[in-house]
Order: sequence, then C-alpha cells, then structure tokens
Amino acid sequence: MQASEQSAAAFGTEKAAGISFAQYTRLVWTIAAKDLRSELRTKEAINASVAFSIVILVLFSFAFDPSSEQLEEFSGGLLWLVFSFAGALVLNRSFARETQNDCLDGLLASPAPPSALFLGKSFANFILLIVVEFVSLPVFSLFYNLHWMGQFWPLVLVMLLGTWALTMIGTVFSALTVNLRLRELMLPTLVYPLMIPALMSAMTLTTDFLSGVPLGPDNMIWIRLLVAFDFIFSAVAIAVIDTVLVG
Amino acid sequence: MNALEIQDVWKYYGDFPALRKIALKVTPGSTVALLGRNGAGKTTLLRIIAGLSKPSQGGVRVLGADVRQDSTRRRIGVLGHGISLYDELSATENLTLYARLYGLDEPRKKAHEWLERTGLERVRDGLVREFSRGMRQRLAVARAFLHDPDVLLFDEPFTALDDRAIAVLQNLLADAHQRGRTIVMSTHQLKEALVLATHVALIRRGEIAYSGIRTQEMVDEPGWLYRTYEEN
Repeated sequence: MQASEQSAAAFGTEKAAGISFAQYTRLVWTIAAKDLRSELRTKEAINASVAFSIVILVLFSFAFDPSSEQLEEFSGGLLWLVFSFAGALVLNRSFARETQNDCLDGLLASPAPPSALFLGKSFANFILLIVVEFVSLPVFSLFYNLHWMGQFWPLVLVMLLGTWALTMIGTVFSALTVNLRLRELMLPTLVYPLMIPALMSAMTLTTDFLSGVPLGPDNMIWIRLLVAFDFIFSAVAIAVIDTVLVG
Repeated sequence: MNALEIQDVWKYYGDFPALRKIALKVTPGSTVALLGRNGAGKTTLLRIIAGLSKPSQGGVRVLGADVRQDSTRRRIGVLGHGISLYDELSATENLTLYARLYGLDEPRKKAHEWLERTGLERVRDGLVREFSRGMRQRLAVARAFLHDPDVLLFDEPFTALDDRAIAVLQNLLADAHQRGRTIVMSTHQLKEALVLATHVALIRRGEIAYSGIRTQEMVDEPGWLYRTYEEN
C-alpha cells in the first residue's frame, strides 16, 4: 500500500484517502445540480408530477362539498396522498435517468462516495417535490376553500419534514428497483408501507394547521415523530446505499 | 507491486458460472488485450476489475488496493459498453461533471482540453443527444482519459469509431502506454488491439484459456489465437 501511494505521488494523481466535508458537500451539489439541470431541460418528471397533482385535486373537488365542515378533517390526508402519488412520478425518474447510456456505471466508477451520489440525487428530488407541492397548494386552497396562509410557517415545516422522509425512502427504493421492468409499480408498493408513520404525522399536522390549530404541546409529538423518522431513515439509507448500488 | 491482481475470481449469475477461477497478474505499464468470443465473460471480468460488480468468490486488487476504495477508483479510467454520458447535457457539461467528480482543478478548462484532443471542440456546446454514434464514443473516450488515470479499463473501445477516430484512440492509448499507464481492453477488433498490446489474455467460457506476452505471430495472423485455443 505504501508503494502504491509512492507510485501515485509520482504520477501526481493521488489525493488523501478521505475527503473533507467541503469536498463532500461539493460532490453532493455537483450531482444535485446535474439532476436539476437534466430535469429542467427535459421537464419529464416535473410536468407529469404537477399535472397529476392538479388533476387529482380538481377531480376530488367534484366529489366533496367545499363548504362542508368535514372537509377540514380530511384535508391533510387528501393533500399528502396527492403529494405522495405525485412524488412517486419524480422518484421513479431519479435513478431511471442513470440507466440511459449506463450513466450509473460512470458515477460508480468515479471516486465520489456512493453516499454523496445518493445525497445529491436526494436533494434534487427534494427540491423537485417541494416545487410540485408549492404549485399544488394554491390549487388546493382554490378548489377546497381552505386557507393555509394563516399557519404558513408551521405548514412549511411539516412539508419540509414530510417531503424529506418521502425523498429518502423513495430515492433508496428508486436505486433498488432501477433494473426492474415493473419499477413504476414496484416503487410505490415498497415505499408507501414504510412511509406510514411519516404520512400519519404529516397528515395529522397538516389537518391541524389547515383547521387553524397552532403548533403546540398537543401536536409536538407528531413533529418529533417526523424528525426521528427523517433522522433514522436518512442514516439507514446512507448506510445501505453502497450495497444497494454495487451489490 | 502488480497494477492488477485477480485472485481466483468466480462470478455466478444464478447457477451459471460466468467466470471460473480467473487468476491474472498484470504488471504496471502493460497493455493487455482481453480477447474472447461473445459471452466468454470479458465484460463481466472488466466490470469486476472496475468495481462495478462484486465477484461471487475471489478478489481483485488494483494498484495494491481494494478497487472499491475511493482513492483507488480515482486512479482508474473506465470505458464500458455504455458511454456513461448524459444525452440532455452538452459535451462540455458532461466532461465538467466528471472532472468535478474526480476532484480535478479547473474542471471546465480540463474539459475543453480533452474536447480539443478528441476533435470535438467544434461541438463542445452541443447536446450529446444530437451527436452521431462515433462522436459519442469519442466523447466517452475523452471522459475515460480526463483524469489521467494510472489504469485504463476499456470494453470494446473501437466500436462505432471511423478510421480517423480509431487513429486518435490508438494514439491516445500508445501515449498512455509510453507514459507507463496500464491498459486492459476487451475487443473483437483483433488487429487494432494486438498492435497496441504487450500481453494477451484469452477467455473461453469463463476461464482463462491463454495468457502471456503478445508475439509477432499474433500480430501477423490475428486469428491464430482463436484457432489454437478456442477451437480445440
């Protein structure tokens, strides 16, 4: 090994075995920027996802009476179901994009740690999902006569935490199912059961905030659950991603 | 220290052994032509050497280290069956992306330098999806050489290249060889490969049927190896 390092130094290509936090962050951003640039050029996932969420929200509005008091009670559930299904369209494309021209091989052959590749793709997915959600919210408000501006920041907090949970699990399973022929079907089948605790928290909190209930001790338990879910699944995802990608 | 050491590697796909007890040592500075018929196991072996697939048994060491170490991968250049380039990005954007992943200084400058060397500077801002097959392959070659790797792993590098592009690639490989780089390339284009090779390894049904120094006899009559070791 020592001889190897001496030889590398002679060639001038060797760097320190580990990379600094700044280098790691740059790698994560490089991957995220690449995915966002690709998506902005093709608009494959974002167009499908935004169109899907708007269509579903409009169709459901025909089924429910917007003046009904019950609407507030299931508003959070409805909104998060739309976010989850629309999110699957974005997440499905995440690693599928890398199968074209065997791009995943190029990434895995590079010295970038698999966790950096994974986090880069996760951040890109997270940004795309947040965009879809913020486009859907005014549509939801318009068709269901619900006012979300009153509890804007608590609602934003729930959206960020819930979307990160969906992104982490969705991106891992996007990598796991990338070579399957039925990946469009397999991804939601695998992701949604695991998402139940996070979805329950996000739905309950969103319903509370849309009903005008402020963030307080009563609903803090759901915030804690979401934070714990995000933390645990992010750690698990980063730990298993090398095995998922290389085998 | 060997540039490449393959120790009794087996690879199974289900019950089927795609590679059987492959053992090979490659000294630094060698150019190895990895030959074999379709389905012999060349691509599987190259993928294992590149760290893109794990062997079922046995191990591979590249430059004395595990290939899955980040510091080892930094010293390997890989050109597989796919070009590993993004259709919706431009030639410059693709090479800049890889330059950043390899931690190179001045990634954009490096990208332009290699676009010039592979004759693609004219289309440097063109999207890869608009490129011909030969241009895409040349860009993939530039990607593999971009970080000046110590070990180059090429799977069918001459595919889709016209005469001029083959000459460009041969010059790049010859230059890399002169500068002491180790090259392993699988190919069906025996003539082009044997001219460059210092060593030859022939894989037959997942096993090494022959490995040794490339002789003048092989260059003069490229079919000789197949006739001697494949048809028995």
